[in-house]
Amino acid sequence: MAKRRLRELVIRREWCKGCGICVALCPKQVLELDGEDKSVPARPEDCICCRMCELRCPDLAITVLTDEEEGDGA
Amino acid sequence: MAIQDYIRQRFFPHLWCPGCGHGIILNNLLHAVDELGLAKNDIVVTSGIGCSARISGYVDFHTLHTLHGRALAFATGVKLSRPELTLIVPMGDGDALAIGGNHFIHAARRNIDITAIVMNNRIYGMTGGQFSPLSGPGILATTAPYRTIDPNFDVVELARAAGATFVARSTTYHALETIDLLKRAISHKGFAVVEILTQCPTYYGRKNKEGEAAEMIERYKHITAKIGSKALEENPALIPRGVFVEVGRPEYCEAYEEVIVRARQEVAA
Repeated sequence: MAKRRLRELVIRREWCKGCGICVALCPKQVLELDGEDKSVPARPEDCICCRMCELRCPDLAITVLTDEEEGDGA
Repeated sequence: MAIQDYIRQRFFPHLWCPGCGHGIILNNLLHAVDELGLAKNDIVVTSGIGCSARISGYVDFHTLHTLHGRALAFATGVKLSRPELTLIVPMGDGDALAIGGNHFIHAARRNIDITAIVMNNRIYGMTGGQFSPLSGPGILATTAPYRTIDPNFDVVELARAAGATFVARSTTYHALETIDLLKRAISHKGFAVVEILTQCPTYYGRKNKEGEAAEMIERYKHITAKIGSKALEENPALIPRGVFVEVGRPEYCEAYEEVIVRARQEVAA
């Protein structure tokens, strides 16, 4: 299977209620709550595209957009 | 399609509390529908009353928001008249097994091709945190300030005994498992029950000192284990997850179709 690479972590601010589930359960601590208690991708470069934040978001506010990476990482 | 294409976006953000597990079940259900490639027009969602029941307002399928506990009765009517449609019935624990307890066991007994989702947060959230038949003994609720004494139903055992032909359990923590189980339940020909343990941070969590939403959801990792796992073998007190029943038995609408054919032949003779 081709490796997936993060294109964009899309978070709909107006839908996010700041419950913190995505922040607490991200295996790479990519997400943080900002001053308005909204989830933001603070360290997108660490994202491994496991999509658990997207699948566990109760507000349907997160979408992990990925690109398929070529075999040798070109 | 993106899962946002399966919802009525004009009602978002939804009214569930921050961190409510019901939103995760909605999320996982939409992923299951998307992965199965079902058309929005071929799905009917009926729901009863309660926090859980609001789900029918959010999904962009054919929807019926009906009476408390009666979602399965309405779904039975829809399915009998239009058996080609896919019926999905999300219910809360109280809606499914207190108010709707009879509809639940009889739908299972008939083995009608409906997928029942029991969104089990062990509390009546909408009305202010009363205990339900799935709360179990020893918990704090608005109606049990000195803790509950009522034993809880085991949804899996109840569904199995009543005749459901697909019975499974997952939690809001185990999103990938939930999506897989929902796909199998929806594809199953017959009455399918999927119990999903879900957190109510507002009433259950606060009263029972289980912490914020993130702590509550992470707790499911520690109190459950997969059927057949070593963890479950070593600690039978853990709540098992996975598929408990998957059997074939004549489906109600098909049996009824045979009655129609027989009756027509007799009239014609």
